[in-house]
Amino acid sequence: MTTRHDTAASPVKGGAAPGRPPGGRASAEADRRKRAKLSRRWQRDMRWSPYAFVSPFFLLFLAFGLFPLIYTGWASLHTVELTAPTDMQWTGLDNYTRIFDDEFFWNAAKNTLWIGVISTVPQLLMAMGLAHILNYKLRASTFYRVVMLAPYATSIAAASLVFVLLFGRDYGMINWVLDMVGLDKIDWQNGSWSSKFAVSTIVIWRWTGYNALIYLAAMQAIPQDLYESAALDGASRWRQFIHVTLPSLRPTILFTVVVSTIGASQVFGEPLLFDANKGASGGSQHQFQTLGLYLYEQGWVNQHLGRASAIAWAMFLILIVIGILNAVISRRLRASS
Amino acid sequence: MRAARRGSARRVVVMAAIASLGAGLLAGCADDGNDEDSSSSGDSSGKTTITLGLFGTMGFKEAGLYDEYEKLNPDINIEENVTERNENYYPALVNHLTTNSGLQDVQAIEVGNIAEVVATQADKFEDMSKAAGVQKTNWLDWKWQQATTKDGATIGLGTDIGPMAICYRTDLFKKAGLPTDRDEVSKLWAGDWNKFIETGEKYKDGAGKDTYFMDSPGGLINAILSSEDEKFYNAAGEVIYKTNPAVKDAFDLTAEAAEKGLVQSQTQFQPAWDQTISNSLFATVACPPWMLGTIKAKSQPDSAGKWDVAQAPKAGNWGGTFLGVPKSGKHVKEAQKLVTWLTAPEQQAKLFSKMGSFPSAPAAYKLPQVTGGKNDMTGDAPIGELFAKAAEQIPTQVIGPKDQIVQQGLTDNGVILVTQGKSAKDAWDNAVKTIDNNLEK
Repeated sequence: MTTRHDTAASPVKGGAAPGRPPGGRASAEADRRKRAKLSRRWQRDMRWSPYAFVSPFFLLFLAFGLFPLIYTGWASLHTVELTAPTDMQWTGLDNYTRIFDDEFFWNAAKNTLWIGVISTVPQLLMAMGLAHILNYKLRASTFYRVVMLAPYATSIAAASLVFVLLFGRDYGMINWVLDMVGLDKIDWQNGSWSSKFAVSTIVIWRWTGYNALIYLAAMQAIPQDLYESAALDGASRWRQFIHVTLPSLRPTILFTVVVSTIGASQVFGEPLLFDANKGASGGSQHQFQTLGLYLYEQGWVNQHLGRASAIAWAMFLILIVIGILNAVISRRLRASS
Repeated sequence: MRAARRGSARRVVVMAAIASLGAGLLAGCADDGNDEDSSSSGDSSGKTTITLGLFGTMGFKEAGLYDEYEKLNPDINIEENVTERNENYYPALVNHLTTNSGLQDVQAIEVGNIAEVVATQADKFEDMSKAAGVQKTNWLDWKWQQATTKDGATIGLGTDIGPMAICYRTDLFKKAGLPTDRDEVSKLWAGDWNKFIETGEKYKDGAGKDTYFMDSPGGLINAILSSEDEKFYNAAGEVIYKTNPAVKDAFDLTAEAAEKGLVQSQTQFQPAWDQTISNSLFATVACPPWMLGTIKAKSQPDSAGKWDVAQAPKAGNWGGTFLGVPKSGKHVKEAQKLVTWLTAPEQQAKLFSKMGSFPSAPAAYKLPQVTGGKNDMTGDAPIGELFAKAAEQIPTQVIGPKDQIVQQGLTDNGVILVTQGKSAKDAWDNAVKTIDNNLEK
């Protein structure tokens, strides 16, 4: 904020600046009081304004973040249906204990894990490679960067629908190509692994460019002289990458791993739209039903809000565990370096 | 002083910007709830806008009924809001009903959901039996009852029903050495779905591998179940799908057809299934009148006139919708008037002649639009008479609140698996496991 000249510095008497019109004792007293009042306002302003400035986020968070979270927790302790959300029956931890026997939940958890692994690992490796290539001097480098971000800017829905067409069993382009080169058609949606692979492809396609740009930004912050001295020492490009680039990128890599893990544990849109039956069961045998999809199926298709809330909280707890694991691993790595 | 004034001026600007941003945010949030206000209040010309929430192609607009109504009532303006699939439309409707916000002036309810809406949301709807000009006797009795609560409140007026027949390709039947005359075809399988499957085997022997006898396992099991009095619930409201022999028989018969390669491995109304219509890859499909509209929309022009309609082995009902008026609407009286008009026998008959939705008002069956009904795909077959005959034989079926979940489980998590090489037993187990998990509260 700008400085308040009228309160911060009192006018210099008899100075070069034009003084105030001389006044009597009463007006001096009024002036003092006025200044004291301004000063008090100034102090209040200093103390409370910052809170006012940050309040919009926190008010919105309270209304749309914290309240739903707590309400979901409350609902998860009840039997409650979407058709009558106010009609709650207390069941205690029943919704949680039954998760242990719920094979659909664990199937979804397993699917989420596998889809997460086969999408995140190749995605980050490819992003690293792409970033390394883009880090060379290239003509039209801005063009390539924009192109890389294009998938990220595409809506999941649009992208997934295109991939559904590509992966179609009877009229899909990928099977058409397989057929052309004399291979058997693959029933992408119905295979256990083929469907997970196809869903992962959508995730990889969308996020690789995004991660590549993050890596690229971090690479460009690495001082050039490190490379120059490495080159003087006779290090090849590959050696430079291993011994200069990778160590400098460690914090960035950790960041992308954390973000991608969180993203992978919440995968929802891709498997939902990939289902040929357009249901939420993630394939006829739930072969690619993720936790997010299972939560949606219980809550919005089957209308069991209590169960869905318990699943949501279970997912939340799993995410916290993953977060702690990530923190521990990154601390170990930092300590070892 | 100058700097100070400029500073405070900037401060004012910044504060104003923040304030307006904040206000914008809050307004943005509030807007969601107020959408209906802006769309349903009178527009600049002083007309009253009535909004309809519909799913799929219900055809009121396409049949010109809105235009006609607006001409009859110059102060009314009609807007429809269509969601493609009922699976997406219905959860949103339930959500709007329970929170009592975001509802349109008129909301469509599919027959598969009507039992649940009647049981749990009836108090959110106007009792249409009390609306001016509504005569209960206009509707088929079972159609009226489906939307009526135990206390006698009717929450929606029926638009169409789906008297089911079998549509078949005369050219493919001929190639396979089967009769093509619709009476002879009906006789092939009259009274028994087993005979229908036997005909399928004959078809396959004659026609070879290029085409399938029927479009999809989901279509077949749905057709068989539609002709039963009781399927997933009994009259007392208990879930009986696992123990009801009719359901197991329907499942096994469909699985048998799938194992024998009589049905294609497709899910109805998905793009790949659409393609099989376009490529003429199957010879029969369980066919309520509205299905002819789907066939017409997805077919190549050269398929016109190659279809015909035979009676199903047992008549059943597939589909049908109700129009309800939520109490929270802005223009309840006008909306009731519109719904009453849209579902009157004359309008139902018009809808049939243009869109193939079969009237739920028997009075319409005598009107020329129905008796003289024809469809491009079926040439000069008198489809109005054919479907009216099926409509007379529809059993009064017990509908349960979660019918849709059970049906979807049997189809998407059940019989479809047989076409992918699973045994009928595995498919049944998978379906039951899924359905039970989905039904458990």
